[in-house]
Amino acid sequence: MTTQAPEAPAPVEVVAPAGTFEPVIIGFTCNWCSYRAADLAGTARVKYPPNVRLIRLMCSGRLDPTFVLKAYAEGADAVLVSGCHPGECHYIEQNYKAMRRFQLLQRTIEALGIEPGRLQLVWASAAEGVRLANEIARVTEEVRALGPLNWPAADLVDLDTFSLEKAWEATGGDVEGPPKAPAGANPDHPKEAAK
Amino acid sequence: MSPTARSKPAAKPAAKPTAKPAAKPAAKPTAKPAAKPKLAIFGAASCGGCDIAIVNIHEHILEVAAAFDIVLWPTVMDGKYSDIEAMEDGEITITLVSGSMRTDETVHLSKLLRRKSKFMVAFGSCASEGCIPGLANLTPRKEILDTAFSTSSTDNPDGIRPVWEFEAPEGILHLPEFEPMLRTLDQVVDVDYTIPGCPPESEQIWAALQAVVAALKGTGPLPPKGSILGAGESTVCDECARKRDVKKIDRFVRIQQVAAFDPEICLLEQGLPCNGPATRNGCGALCPSVSAPCIGCYGAAEGVVDYGARLMSAYASVIEATKPEEIDKILDGIPDPAGQFYRFSLAGSLLRGSRSAWQSDGE
Amino acid sequence: MERITIDPVTRLEGHGKIEIFLDPDGEVANAYFQIPELRGFERFCVGRPVEEMPTLTNRICGVCPEAHHMAAAKAADAVYHVDPPPAGKLLRELLYSAFFFTDHTTHFYALGGPDFVVGPDAPAAERNILGVIGKVGMEVGGKVIEARKRGHEVIEMIGGRKIHPASAVPGGMTQGITEEQRAEIEKFGRWAIEFGQFSLGIFDKIVLGNEAYKEMVLSDGYTHRTYYMGMVDPNNKVNFYDGQISIMSPDGERVGTYAPADYRDWIAERVEPWTYLKFPYLKKVGWKGFVDGADSGVYCATPLSRLNTADGMATPLAQAAYERFFDTLAPKPEAGGKRLVHHRLATHWARLIELLYAAERVVELAKDPDIASPNVRTVPTEKPTEGVGTVEAPRGTLTHHYWTDERGILTAVNLVVGTTNNYAPMAMSIKKAAQSLIHKGTVVHQGLLNRVEMAFRLYDPCFGCATHSLPGEMPLRVAIRNSDGEVVDVLSQNC
Repeated sequence: MTTQAPEAPAPVEVVAPAGTFEPVIIGFTCNWCSYRAADLAGTARVKYPPNVRLIRLMCSGRLDPTFVLKAYAEGADAVLVSGCHPGECHYIEQNYKAMRRFQLLQRTIEALGIEPGRLQLVWASAAEGVRLANEIARVTEEVRALGPLNWPAADLVDLDTFSLEKAWEATGGDVEGPPKAPAGANPDHPKEAAK
Repeated sequence: MSPTARSKPAAKPAAKPTAKPAAKPAAKPTAKPAAKPKLAIFGAASCGGCDIAIVNIHEHILEVAAAFDIVLWPTVMDGKYSDIEAMEDGEITITLVSGSMRTDETVHLSKLLRRKSKFMVAFGSCASEGCIPGLANLTPRKEILDTAFSTSSTDNPDGIRPVWEFEAPEGILHLPEFEPMLRTLDQVVDVDYTIPGCPPESEQIWAALQAVVAALKGTGPLPPKGSILGAGESTVCDECARKRDVKKIDRFVRIQQVAAFDPEICLLEQGLPCNGPATRNGCGALCPSVSAPCIGCYGAAEGVVDYGARLMSAYASVIEATKPEEIDKILDGIPDPAGQFYRFSLAGSLLRGSRSAWQSDGE
Repeated sequence: MERITIDPVTRLEGHGKIEIFLDPDGEVANAYFQIPELRGFERFCVGRPVEEMPTLTNRICGVCPEAHHMAAAKAADAVYHVDPPPAGKLLRELLYSAFFFTDHTTHFYALGGPDFVVGPDAPAAERNILGVIGKVGMEVGGKVIEARKRGHEVIEMIGGRKIHPASAVPGGMTQGITEEQRAEIEKFGRWAIEFGQFSLGIFDKIVLGNEAYKEMVLSDGYTHRTYYMGMVDPNNKVNFYDGQISIMSPDGERVGTYAPADYRDWIAERVEPWTYLKFPYLKKVGWKGFVDGADSGVYCATPLSRLNTADGMATPLAQAAYERFFDTLAPKPEAGGKRLVHHRLATHWARLIELLYAAERVVELAKDPDIASPNVRTVPTEKPTEGVGTVEAPRGTLTHHYWTDERGILTAVNLVVGTTNNYAPMAMSIKKAAQSLIHKGTVVHQGLLNRVEMAFRLYDPCFGCATHSLPGEMPLRVAIRNSDGEVVDVLSQNC
């Protein structure tokens, strides 16, 4: 089935004071309630911060935890999950699954050092445009207060390029084996600390 | 890996005036039939279980020795850096790397072997996803070193830590650097194939090696790059003899809390956190066959990007609760989510480790 | 100052590296044996549930995962103050005995044994399992393969997996064995006893029947008088799975026997900044450096140590072999009253005696009326706190010590691993070999390599427990450096 690619509801600009941290928040909405709520907010010109990038799923139950983790890994400061109110799922009870995934994910990200506040769940019916806008504003402020997550994106990181390649070139393929550690010393070693 | 930068490897050892050629009584009597493909087996930071698993193909090991010219298997045969360095790029047909990337030395050697090999295989869980030692990525490096050298039986009043470079009275002693984060092989070099498992089952190793031999002989297809060898395309649940009723669970139990599990019924449905639903098949569902949960050592099932994400999804599906408080109560039965969901796969996961470990870079 | 670097590229990245420094006269000033690897289990196991430990610590070592599996399960029992039912304990010991049999077979025929069987002067390329088969015949080679195969099958039957078993849990085992399995294991045990006797026969024929080998075994270069450690049962007989830890002085005096939980009263570990591995020593004697004798806290924990520490073996055939061992190598008791063998190369013989014991023990355990009982687990009822679990690993006494919170989540972990016990004695053996072969700057090249290799190998070093070498070669590379650190000479085994 193909449907016309939806355009994200255009948020109304809210200008943040210069110099404040502008978090990037990925928002997953369901097709039937929360996306329409966001749409309604847009149509009604209800103001909410532009920090949330909305991605429409058919149902919050479609939210694969992979999406959330990938968002963090690739630079998002937080993820907002939104779906129909419990008991009102278009697919009967898939939003309960979303709820369970959300709670499980929150525990897991916390164990990995990510504040649970960086994953938020908001239920919103199609009529709750204003409420959703308010929730987005709230989440944005909460995340702003948490500060940037700055997860080192996987594809940007190569820990050893800073020394190993150069060092290896310098040895010219030395029979001695690999290059030694960078001018190395454990800074905690008493001897080093004394220096 | 750009091959262009290494057009003159043969000249390098000679350029080193220190290597005494006289000590090498000319080429070893290796003027064998030239056609034999070269095989290298290299263990990085590993427990040796992968090597034992290879040895456990038992009498077939003689067939491997017959099919390949084994140029390197330090645990079993002679092999030296200098021999490998002197080789042409791509001269080794296939290199199996077991073990993870824990020190700068293992990283360096893996890169060297990559250059010299046509096919690079991540062999076993450590190389492909980090395995248990990857759980070190939950902790800053400094804490790991501090803990290891200040345990309750350690006599270390001066707080001594090993250092990468130590000035002994007689001269400088070097140790490889313990890197801030443990990495998988494919985070360091380009990997052609993966053989999963901790360790891979010996029957599967033998099957994979036979497939490779057939491909090299032209009697079988060469698996496409990126293939997972020696495993299935489904999940451990598929191979498990236990029955699933698609029953929902209202609590998780810890294994010591139950005197005996029903031998016929799915362990997850009996409340035991079992990793079967997210784990690639290929082992034969060994652990559940002795009433132990699948621990996930064969890594992510086909098509799964993040092992833990898949397992969280699976658990969320079987939990019987619709109220946040009820859900929380059930989830309390999984006291260590990071360990439960990323026991073997943390280093290879999307996040690769905890925030504190990432932030410890360079410390 | 000149230096000689020996890189026993056992695992190419060099899990063990030896640096020898020469003084201005060309004599050995010092030798450093470095272990360049660490994984950090003691830190990253913290935060995990204690029942995970038999699974997690398996991965410390794939050569002896069963040892970690058992030590972890015993420590977890202690954490929960729970005693497994008889069948639970018997099954654990049965699995463990099958493992000892298999592991000692691997070592004797594939690792350390080739030095003897093929001969230390044989080309290095032949000193591996293929060389062994060449010397003793394909029929024997087939038997060795069969021994390893059948041993691993028993391990899988009880543990679920051939490598990294899964079945030991706090309070016992996950499940019992059937009567059919029991019968099969007993059959294996009987075959294993024959194999054990056969192996001792090979040792007799090839080593004891050869004066040159015997001389080498008894030579001073391979002799160290240190303390010995080993686990003993209530009759002071060798036990691998359970018992108390006993310490024997180099003079044959029993210094003490202690419960595993008291290990910290007896041993401590020293940290050196030039290696990732710690050096355990006897606390009551103290660390005096890398030296022999009764004043030095250095001790050894190997098959030889266990035979030296115990008064005998608990099974008849192994006991007879034990007697013969001491009659041959140490007919007279030491001042302290106990006969001791200080010749480190005799470790190979001791290992075969243990192999026979393990096989006899398999049969004993398989015949125990409780062994096939389905009651293999006691559910813990007490609040988890702290516990110590100790077993004899093939390569030395292995101790796991855990602390948990009231939910059984680990808050601290301490591990004193088998091979680690022998780190200091290994370093000493290596230094001794260097000192006897390097004079006035002249290095007896091949001799040094062989001696160091053999000195190293007899401990069956397993440094994945930090490192280990499997069948065959331990390639060595020696680089001799001048005082500027430039390499002036390189020589390698097998080159």
